[in-house]
Order: sequence, then C-alpha cells, then structure tokens
Amino acid sequence: MLTYTIRRLILSIPTLLLISFVIFMLLQLAPGDPMAQVPLTVPPEVKEQMRQALGLGEPPLVQYGKWLWQVFVLEPQVFIDWLTRDTMLFGWLPDTNLYAGELRVISWQTRSPVMDIVIQRLPQTLWVVGLAYVVGILISLPIGIYSAYRQYSVFDQAGTFVTMIGFSIPPFFTGPLLIVIFSVQLGWFPSIYDTTHVVNDWDSFVFQLQQMIMPVMVLALQTTAQFSRYMRASMLDNLRQDYVRTARAKGLTEAVVVNIHVLRNSMIPVVTVIALGVPAIFGGAIITENVFKVNGIGQLLITALFANDLPMVMTLTFIFAFLIVMFNLIADVLYGVLDPRIRYD
Amino acid sequence: MTEPTPASPQAIEALRDEGPEAPPRSQWADVWRQFLRHKGAVLGGGFLIFVTLAVLFGPYIWTLDPQQLDIRNKDVRPIYTVLWNGDATVSWAHPFGTDNLGRDQLAQMIAGGRASLAVGWAAMVLSVLIGTAIGVAAGFFRRLDGPLMRLTDLFLSLPILPLLLVAVTLFRQPLRANFGPEGGMFILIVTVIAITSWMPTARIVRGDVLALKEREFVLAARSIGTTSWKIILRHLLPNVLSPIMVSATLGLATAIITESALSFLGVGFPSDFPTWGKMLADAVPRMVDFPERVMLPGIAISLTVLSVNYLGDGLRDALDPRIRGR
Repeated sequence: MLTYTIRRLILSIPTLLLISFVIFMLLQLAPGDPMAQVPLTVPPEVKEQMRQALGLGEPPLVQYGKWLWQVFVLEPQVFIDWLTRDTMLFGWLPDTNLYAGELRVISWQTRSPVMDIVIQRLPQTLWVVGLAYVVGILISLPIGIYSAYRQYSVFDQAGTFVTMIGFSIPPFFTGPLLIVIFSVQLGWFPSIYDTTHVVNDWDSFVFQLQQMIMPVMVLALQTTAQFSRYMRASMLDNLRQDYVRTARAKGLTEAVVVNIHVLRNSMIPVVTVIALGVPAIFGGAIITENVFKVNGIGQLLITALFANDLPMVMTLTFIFAFLIVMFNLIADVLYGVLDPRIRYD
Repeated sequence: MTEPTPASPQAIEALRDEGPEAPPRSQWADVWRQFLRHKGAVLGGGFLIFVTLAVLFGPYIWTLDPQQLDIRNKDVRPIYTVLWNGDATVSWAHPFGTDNLGRDQLAQMIAGGRASLAVGWAAMVLSVLIGTAIGVAAGFFRRLDGPLMRLTDLFLSLPILPLLLVAVTLFRQPLRANFGPEGGMFILIVTVIAITSWMPTARIVRGDVLALKEREFVLAARSIGTTSWKIILRHLLPNVLSPIMVSATLGLATAIITESALSFLGVGFPSDFPTWGKMLADAVPRMVDFPERVMLPGIAISLTVLSVNYLGDGLRDALDPRIRGR
C-alpha cells in the first residue's frame, strides 16, 4: 500500500507538469495583449521595455521554466520562511531565511506576488466551500441510507425527486432565488457576503452564521443531490447480498445489520466519490462566489480573466488542477485502504 | 438403436407446441415498453420534445422580433401578475412582459431557448462522437489503449470550469473576427464544452468494447475475414449503443447548464444575443422589482435539465436488459 501511494505520488508529478504546460501554452496562444490598455501615445520602445518588465521578452519555453521555478522552488521557500517566522506552530524553530528576494510570480493587476493574494482570498473560499461540503455530506448520507432501506416508499420517491431537482437547478438560479426570498422578502439574511467581518463576540458570530447560510446552502444542495444518490445505489447493492441474509439469520437486530454490516460496506464507493467531488465543488464555488459577492479565489479568477492578468490566471488554474490531482490520488488510496479486496500491485 | 415405439395419439397431441403465446417482440419494442412504464422519463421526453419544437417553430408563430426596442412599452409585467396585483401594467401584446428596454420577453425566451438548446445539442453530439471514437479505439486496438487512456486521465484532471472561462475569454476575439459575433461564439462554446466533456463516454465505451471484443461473435466475424473497421461498425457499435445513449442525455444536461453558467458569468454570447443564462444574469440586478425576469429563464433552464435527467434515468432503466425483464 505504501509503495503504491509513493508510486502514485511520483506519477502525479509528470501529470501536473503536463497540465501546467497545457495551461501555459493555452495562455500563450491567447491573442490578448497585456499592453492593450496602455495609451497609444506611449512610444513603441517604451512599450517594449514595459513588456520586458512584465517578463514577456523571453521565448515562451523560458517563461514557462521561470514560472515553474518560481512556483515550485521560490514559493515553498517563502512559505517555509513564513511558517518559521510568524506562526505559532513552527515559530519556535530558528528562522530559515531560505528566500533571498528573488522575483516571485507577480500579478499584472496589483504588482504584488500572486501567492500572497491567493493566501488572502483562500480562507473565504475554504470556509464557504468546506462548510457546504460538510453540511451536504451530513444531510445526504442519512437520506441515502433511509431511502435505500425503504426502497420505493414515499420517502424514497420524494427523496429521488428532490435529488433530481438538486441536480437540475443550476446554482446561478438557486442563488438569486434564495436572495429574493430570504434577503428581500423576509429580510433574514444579508444578500452580500461581508468578508471584512471580524468574529469577536456572540453577535458578530451570529451575523457570520447568517451571511454564510445562503452560499453554503446553495453549494450544499448540489453535493446533497449527488451523494444521496450514490449512497442509495450503494446501499441497494449491498442490501441484496448474501451476507446480509446471514446477519439477519444470526438474529442480529435490524439496526446492527443496517448500520454496521451494510453501511460500512456501502461507504467504500461513497467515500471515494466524496473525495473526487472536492475539486468539482471548487468549480461550483466560482459561480456561487459570484452570486453572493464572496471575494474568494473563484471571484479572483474571474476578475483576473477580465483584466487579462495572465500570471494570476495561470497560477489559479494550476491550483485548481493541483487540487484535482491530489484528491484523485486521495480517492484511489482511500479505496485501497477501505477495501482490502483491492490490491494494488 | 431400436425403432421408437409409436406413441399413442393423445400423447403426441399433448406434446405438440401450442405456438408462442404472444407474437414475438423485437428488442426495441421491449425497450419502448419499459420506457413507457417510467412516468418521469415519458414526461421528461415529452417536455424536451415540446421545448425543442417550441424554440424551433416559435418564431414563426410569435413573430415579434426579440431585438426590437419599444421604449414606450418598457417594464410590462407578465400577464399573470394581474392575479395578485391589479395595478400592474400588463398587456396581451406581451404575455410574458417586456424588459427595461421594451423587448418582448416571450420572443426573447424563444430566441434564448434556441441558442441554449442549439449549444446543448451540438456540444452533446460532438462530445459523444469524440468520446465514442476514443473509447472504441482504446478498447479495440490494444496498442492505442495505454496512450488514449492516459490522455483521458489527463483531461479528467483538468479543472473544467476555470479552463472553460480561460478559453472562452481568450479566444473570443479571433473567432468573432472570422465567423461573426454569434457564429464565432457558437463555435467556440460548442467546441470547448465538447472537448472538456467527452471523457465519461470514452471510459464507458472502452470498458464495454473491451468485454465485447472477446466474445464469440466477434471471433466468428473475424474468422470469416471481416476487417476491423467492419467489425467495429457492424458488431461493436450497435452493442454499445445503450450506454452511449444514456451518457448522451447526461451530456445534453451538462452542456445546457455549462452554457448558461458561462453566459451568467458574462463570457458567453454577445450582449444583444439572448440566451437563457444571459437573460437570467441581466435580470439579477433588478430582480427585486421584476422577479419574473429571473424566474422565467431560470425555470426554463431547470425544467429542461430536469426533463433531460429524467429521460436519461428512464433510458438507463429501459436499455438495461436485467431490469427490463421485470
């Protein structure tokens, strides 16, 4: 198992390199010119100098190599320095001072390092997306279990219908719908997510909860629909197996049969689906962040795209790709750990 | 071996076959019967046909131009608003109301549905074609299996929505210059959606082809000298038709949602070209006063996708021979 994990980890490096190369070349092919906004009165030689300053003077492959070096060598150095200097966890270690002031990936919009902006924006996204994911799992698993146990009952039919609706209604419709109902008509929740809000007492905590409910619910609806269907299908498969009949014949109570024997076996595929769904929900978060004006990394990507900020777009897209590859790996490894019948040799 | 003793006439009478109880049914008749038993699928299929016909022939029945500005008749509410609000400005000339520039909403809905469904169908067909070709090639030719499946894995690990956004924003200008604003965007969006959504089809088809090509009928076909190309066309493709049809319906739903999402984020079709997603996005800033402008396109997208999903569900049940017998 360990060798398998290590092999997969090593294999994911060329995958990531290839993906980053594809993204980079796609951006290179793009006709957008970062100098397009510069006034026409600026003489061409000055424009050429500005181009050089943006790192555009080199051939694409050199640019790509520099980007790789900056992301894989310099950024970890900066991160380790920050860990040993400013954090509680590793602050007791001596300051490493690995980073010696080389040029990092610079955003064309703000002229500051891309990673710094990403680190600023990440907590908002993680809070909303992470909470939505947890809520979605907590709602969907019991629904899936119960509707499989009572197949074709009223609950099951209603559950199937609701999950179908959850599949079909896009988040950019549910979002405005919830805003109209809950913030305009009822006035319960704010329609815009205030990221500058600081939680320091009970009232501010309640406000934080209120502003998080709607984005979390919109995202959770999607995950709930997906997972409860998987859970139901997996439970149905297992409930028909012979070992369930054996367990019942032994005289085990129904609760033990369902919750221990069947549930544990049906969780195997569901857990991997849960791991595989993490990157997808980051994609969904792009729309939800746009609807509720959460300034997370999805919103950052959109603004960077409209501003033609290629380093930012490149780095953010790569972060999304990195998440996908990592969670694919986690899903594969989890599958092997949970199901001893599967041997990766 | 001795001659069998002649049996008594009654015994022979009893042994005679009565003939089949029902006339023989073809496989597709069975599929159709099972499909009809899934009420949701029938309703979904019916609604999909209705929407497709409505957007195809709607402009000939409701002949108002969706682009025509009629500023005197702006902000007309839909006709049903009278039910709870007697003071609302409504007019039978605009049953779904008009927007803030006086464009007729019903005509816009028809034109928008045309765009959304056209993108959906085209992207679905293209992605199914790519997926089937790659899946069959990977499953049938062992030498291609490794590279093609690595390619599929690579595409599966691409971040789809960010890449879609990147591709659409970056390649908008040259395509518009070459094919006109609407045609260019149509080609771009359809291609981009198809390129990023063929992978599930390819995987399913490859799995089925791998199992099928070891079967005796393929061996028999090969032993009488059938070429690989003929085997694929004649023996393999008809047998993988059902998973392809199921993944095609799912692909249609995804394509419609993706196009609407792109329009919603403002990177879709040009601003004077209505699609459902764009109508929804344009209406969001004034949705407090005119909620119907969000609701109508939103409900149209949701109902279409819901019906496609139900259709896929029913097709899966109908095409699965293990379920069909019961």
